[in-house]
Amino acid sequence: MAPKTIIEKIWEQHIVHREEGKPDLLYIDLHLVHEVTSPQAFEGLRMNNRKVRRPDLTYATMDHNVPTINRHIINDPISKKQMTTLEQNCKEFGIELADINHPDQGIVHVIGPELGLTQPGKTIVCGDSHTSTHGAFGALSFGIGTSEVEHVLATQTLWQSRPKTLQIKVTGKLGFGVTAKDLILAVIAKYGVNAGTGYIMEYTGEAIRELSMEERMTVCNMSIEAGARAGLISPDEKTVEYLRGRRYAPQGEEFEKAAERWLALATDEGAEYDLTLEIAGEDIEPQVTWGTNPSMGSGISASVPNPEQFERQADRESVSRALDYMDLQAGTKLEDIPVDYVFIGSCTNSRLSDLRAAAEVAKGRQVQEGITAIVVPGSQTVKQAAEAEGLDKIFTEAGFEWRESGCSMCLAMNDDIVPSGKRCASTSNRNFEGRQGNGSKTHLVSPPMAAAAAVTGKFTDVRKLAKVHQ
Amino acid sequence: MEAINKFNGIVCPLNRVNVDTDQIIPKQFLKRIERQGFGQFLFHHWRFDDEGNKREDFVMNQMQYENAEILVAGENFGCGSSREHAPWALLDYGFRVVIAPSFADIFYNNCVKNGILAIRLTEEEVNGIMEKAQEPGYRLFINLKDQDITDRKGFTAEFDIDPYWKEMLLNGWDEIAVTLNLDEDIRSYEQKIGSGI
Repeated sequence: MAPKTIIEKIWEQHIVHREEGKPDLLYIDLHLVHEVTSPQAFEGLRMNNRKVRRPDLTYATMDHNVPTINRHIINDPISKKQMTTLEQNCKEFGIELADINHPDQGIVHVIGPELGLTQPGKTIVCGDSHTSTHGAFGALSFGIGTSEVEHVLATQTLWQSRPKTLQIKVTGKLGFGVTAKDLILAVIAKYGVNAGTGYIMEYTGEAIRELSMEERMTVCNMSIEAGARAGLISPDEKTVEYLRGRRYAPQGEEFEKAAERWLALATDEGAEYDLTLEIAGEDIEPQVTWGTNPSMGSGISASVPNPEQFERQADRESVSRALDYMDLQAGTKLEDIPVDYVFIGSCTNSRLSDLRAAAEVAKGRQVQEGITAIVVPGSQTVKQAAEAEGLDKIFTEAGFEWRESGCSMCLAMNDDIVPSGKRCASTSNRNFEGRQGNGSKTHLVSPPMAAAAAVTGKFTDVRKLAKVHQ
Repeated sequence: MEAINKFNGIVCPLNRVNVDTDQIIPKQFLKRIERQGFGQFLFHHWRFDDEGNKREDFVMNQMQYENAEILVAGENFGCGSSREHAPWALLDYGFRVVIAPSFADIFYNNCVKNGILAIRLTEEEVNGIMEKAQEPGYRLFINLKDQDITDRKGFTAEFDIDPYWKEMLLNGWDEIAVTLNLDEDIRSYEQKIGSGI
């Protein structure tokens, strides 16, 4: 048999209906639902008198709108309505829901893996573009729109055109102080925000295999920022060990059988991709974005670029526009840019290892005066685990605010908003205009780099800080 | 969704690349639980200043584009968030057709599901249209069945579209109803794979 990629293997296992001249009808193994992109889908079902085909394959939580302080006071009546609407919809259609008071509540892409719902070989969808996160487990997972949410609710399937395959090969090892976030930001800076459009990506290479499961989630999470709906990593022993004992994972003997199936999904030796792009792990520095899309970033030692140095006119124009919006001058060293806000959280970087890495930098230091720094754990489970090892104390003693779980300042749909004109070092995934609040200026960084910015008042190469600390 | 085949309309040129869905519809407007009424928020921060006044320099605010129904933009249009509120806002505002050299994958799908025709043309063709659309009243004539676009000045271009999506758009089909006709296939797949989560 010809060698295959994991992408082809999962795809072929999920074809419900194939017909010449049509996309494939794929079966969906897990449908994750949240409050913002689902109300219209449920309404559509009601209007057409349709049911949810597989409530048992559907799992819901509230994350986008939820407050991270004063949990029970939701000031915005429209946010509140979205949450109660989800509650009612889940009740009416028989869907399990981790609501705001539930111990499993959290960002949908944090709790899926945490609960063991996310497993290798599954097709996973959610009305959220960062569904690519689950690809870290060797699952084929992608974001969908609300019409597709309705389609999956009603049929448990989706029509999908077979995408091309793109290998992102990260050779060598990452250096000291360089994280998974830096890795993916460097890939996007090198190849652009639409390198993956029309493709499903698989991350391979030594640097990827070295990553922990949580780090792999950070990488796959941002596949969409490179344009790819889905990005995944072939499962290995780390994947299996992460899932062992998780609540929704198979148990006992069943688990061993599943593990065998999972490992067999890994891309075969000699399988071919439609395209391969490479980057050397050891060349990657801690990254900081300076512009208004995730590809507008550089290593911390660089300066803000001059729009004139870009070849294409469209790029010169968009970089110039971005610098205008970000209020930055070409030639300014990234290390000289001061910050007003620091946000540690989001589906990209809010897991226990992210918080540990940030806490290590924050420990024994102080958030600079005038800076608001908040830490928002990805889930209630992460929050409790972090508190059990005292991370909350480290943060609060250093002057960070310690919050409840949710999407928070990544997209500022709740009250966690960066005010207009203020500059934020953020561990989230998008630095689009106004993303964290109208007129806010977002710089994407890793958790240690965000903590370093908080305690020094500006972007700082965390490797220098770490050395002082030692 | 509403079927679409022959369509003509005034063209609004939005000469920017990588327009993300956060710009098309900012997050503070995602809290509604309906599909309608998003047009007023389309490109909110580009159309209005902080006081809610129209920004005169933004293309959509110029009188000649007031009734535009075709939006032309730079590459990678609709990138970022999967929010379907973006095509809902475009449609509600009055755009039935969007033309660009490339679209983000999720956005493209979301357009089709809402009867918006998203057309990929070459960068050169798009730039040509942008230039001609400076002239007031510039219209494009689109024929989905024949997959071509023309103007009154002799411009003509052909475009590609997946035959399945084309059929959906031409007929305005309810995709869920189409899929539910394949219930037997879905059932036999489920029998083959067995249990739940």
